[in-house]
Amino acid sequence: MIEQQAVISGTGISNVGRRLHQDPWSLTADAALAAIADAGLTPEHIDGLATYPGATGSTPGITGAGVEDVRAMLGLKTRWHTGGSELPGQLGSVINAILAVGSGLAEHVLCFRTVWESSAQDQLGGRSATLQSRAAREMNQWYEPYGAGYSTYGALSMQRYMHESGATRAQLGQIAVNARANAALNPLAVYKSPLSIEDYLDSRMISDPLCLYDCDVPVDGSVAFVISRADSKLIDRGRAITFEAIGSAAGLNACAAMMWSRTELKPSDVKLAELYDGFSILAVLWLEALGLVPKNKTGEFLQNGTRISRTGQLPLNTGGGQLSGGRLHGYGQLHQACLQLRGNGDTRQISPRPEVAVVSSGTTNFSSCLLLSRH
Amino acid sequence: MQRPAPPLTPRTESFWRSGEDGTLRIATCQACGWRLHPPRPVCPNCHARDISFEPVSGQGVIHSFTINRYQLSPSMQPPYVLAEVEMIEQKSLILLTNIVNCAVEDVRIGMPVSVTFDHVEDAWIPVFQP
Ligand SMILES: [Zn+2]
Repeated sequence: MIEQQAVISGTGISNVGRRLHQDPWSLTADAALAAIADAGLTPEHIDGLATYPGATGSTPGITGAGVEDVRAMLGLKTRWHTGGSELPGQLGSVINAILAVGSGLAEHVLCFRTVWESSAQDQLGGRSATLQSRAAREMNQWYEPYGAGYSTYGALSMQRYMHESGATRAQLGQIAVNARANAALNPLAVYKSPLSIEDYLDSRMISDPLCLYDCDVPVDGSVAFVISRADSKLIDRGRAITFEAIGSAAGLNACAAMMWSRTELKPSDVKLAELYDGFSILAVLWLEALGLVPKNKTGEFLQNGTRISRTGQLPLNTGGGQLSGGRLHGYGQLHQACLQLRGNGDTRQISPRPEVAVVSSGTTNFSSCLLLSRH
Repeated sequence: MQRPAPPLTPRTESFWRSGEDGTLRIATCQACGWRLHPPRPVCPNCHARDISFEPVSGQGVIHSFTINRYQLSPSMQPPYVLAEVEMIEQKSLILLTNIVNCAVEDVRIGMPVSVTFDHVEDAWIPVFQP
């Protein structure tokens, strides 16, 4: 499979926080240069760039830097690049990089994602101002006359899931409680104060049954990876992360099925899950789509939160996810998976060090997943 | 409560104007009868190009719903109910809509509802009530 021709050779992250009011290009440079150095490379070696969603047609908050911004800033000489939003999930940009490396177009692709939503909302006068774009109007006509928003989608999904499965808020709330417990040990996480299940149950409803703690938090920050040829002589193969399989099919179930069809590994081999949690219900849907929990059984699986804790059978979102760590749009989850697989998780490192991890991004037909290992 | 009116485009105008006579019309494939929403110029089932707007009963059941508590639209005062209504004519024919003329806490999944229209500017916006 083509994904086995590529590895993650380096990973880097900038400062992450609420309203940093720091130049998003500067944040991007912090992450990119850290990732390149982590790979044992210099910017001269980078010959490809991949990002989501790119600067064209996006909003100032959703895109802190585009391909051309980074190429010019780092003086890169690229043979291939891509930056776009119509991808299979935010990590579709990483899949693009894998394809470029696997097909021989590039040797070392820098993948980056810079979010600046927190400061952009401050500067542009609120969330709605950052979402105004002509391209969105065709789709928005189905939402705006009804007063629907992003939270509506999460709430409808959660309500339907609770109806079909019988899961309770006290069970599903463990996703948020677990994320907060892990965030407490992540210096870059934005929300670290303790959160109990009682706090969760008492919190303000945004869109019943979706409460405040079910929603991720916009932040400023940048994450970068270097995707290199697996046979590159320049990288330290011992530290590289292997792509066992990728899923890019539209829809969570199809995406997961595609991934499993490309490997001998099984869901029972997964010892770490870093799953997209733009809303906590999305992590639930990914757990089931990936076959990590039987359909409609996640409520029971989450009971008391022990199974998904760092010492449980399936640690989940060890950096705090997007709920407490901040919305790094799937790139945060992939960064945490790399740390854990390499044993660089510091005080939140799970033990024994996991051999196989799964990472997912996006929802509905905007979906991708990656199966990773240290082999 | 004054809703924002949708932009009327050639692709969708017939849907948004349908309620003028009190009837909901859905884009329907003339070859195989498949109903598609939002309206598109090709049938995803049989790829026929002959799509026109045909009346439906206006009856449906609530597939999922939420009580929105947050001021998402400057002109719409929360709380109000957003719902996915599955039309009785076809499974998977689901409209995102509001549930009106009903206390927000009385809405349930599986509740039968029927269409009514809210006239805003040049549009008749389909909403549903028990
Ligand atoms: Zn047809």
